[in-house]
Amino acid sequence: MASIAREFTKGLWDEIPPFRFVLGLCPILAVTKSVDGAVGMGIALTFVLVCSNILISLFRKVIPKDVRIACFIVVIAAFVIVVELMMQAYTYALFEKLGIFIPLIVVNCIVLGRAEAFASKNSVLPSIADGLGMGIGFTMSLTALASLREILGAGTFWGMSVFGPNYKPFTFMVEAPGAFVCLGLMLAIMNLFKK
Amino acid sequence: MARLFKLLFTVMAFSAVAGGLLSVLEAVTKERIETQQLLFLKGPAVQEIMEGCSNDPLKDRLKIKEGKEERQFFVGKFDGKPNVVAFEAYGKGYGGKIGVMVGVDINKDKIVGIAVTTHSETPGLGARAKTEKGFKGQFKGKDINQSFKLKTEGGDVDAISGATVTSKGVCMALEEAKNLYMRLKPEILKNLGRV
Repeated sequence: MASIAREFTKGLWDEIPPFRFVLGLCPILAVTKSVDGAVGMGIALTFVLVCSNILISLFRKVIPKDVRIACFIVVIAAFVIVVELMMQAYTYALFEKLGIFIPLIVVNCIVLGRAEAFASKNSVLPSIADGLGMGIGFTMSLTALASLREILGAGTFWGMSVFGPNYKPFTFMVEAPGAFVCLGLMLAIMNLFKK
Repeated sequence: MARLFKLLFTVMAFSAVAGGLLSVLEAVTKERIETQQLLFLKGPAVQEIMEGCSNDPLKDRLKIKEGKEERQFFVGKFDGKPNVVAFEAYGKGYGGKIGVMVGVDINKDKIVGIAVTTHSETPGLGARAKTEKGFKGQFKGKDINQSFKLKTEGGDVDAISGATVTSKGVCMALEEAKNLYMRLKPEILKNLGRV
């Protein structure tokens, strides 16, 4: 039991994606303009990660080593399409906001990385814990970055005004270069705590 | 040989099961997704064009089958009569398909207004086609039968500065709309009595 708890908590700080591995940066730069988009993306990725981890660890003894990546991708892609269809059907506004970055979860290194590094070598329960922890860690990272960018860049949090109507937004933060600067600052702060 | 067969079989089995399940899910969510698109994409565009009409054009819509494709025409009533139809046509922009909703007065064959529905143009440049009133407004009152070309190509359409490809895409969509309208006008007139 202790080991399962350990698999879950490692994703929350020690190996928190994407900051620790600096993997899967494409969505983190693009969808962190606003907090609601970031949380939506985090939930979508967590769902895909947990589901693909479950299936891959279930079938880990059946999948031949030579074609494992192909099989992983099929499983991951299937769940991504599930997310895409569900989002279109139930939360269309969010789907419009995230756009191309939902289908791009298929090639997110975090998902494939967990499948290859963890789920294909461990049984189902630890794999669920691993997927859930990594997914929640990813959501937290995205939310933190998006909060910073949205509050400074637009003066709002989850669409609500923070500083009142007189605030002049620092729009640089919500543009693409701002994403790189914020990410760099985040990484620097995290490294500071590590030492 | 047996090993090769096993590899092939595994990947095929995974893909077949995934594909099968997804097609079921797609069939289940299809109708809901259509409603959502109507609400979030086509709805605002139609309302923008039909401002001041006395009915609900989203409800009063004609579905006309053309070969395998089904075309939707939203009907707006002005002065108590169904005078305006709006329908979607597509052009190719800088970032992909641009959907343009075109409203046409069926008595005079004149454009009432246009609005962009789906697009993936660059924010701040091509994406202005959706918001810039001056660009969209210039089509109002134009004859639907005319040819739609940019001024630089000898036509009478003012391009958005910095977004020539997008402006061309919108012209392309209007050309398609013209052809569609000419082809289906008899059908529209036949079915208009039912609204």
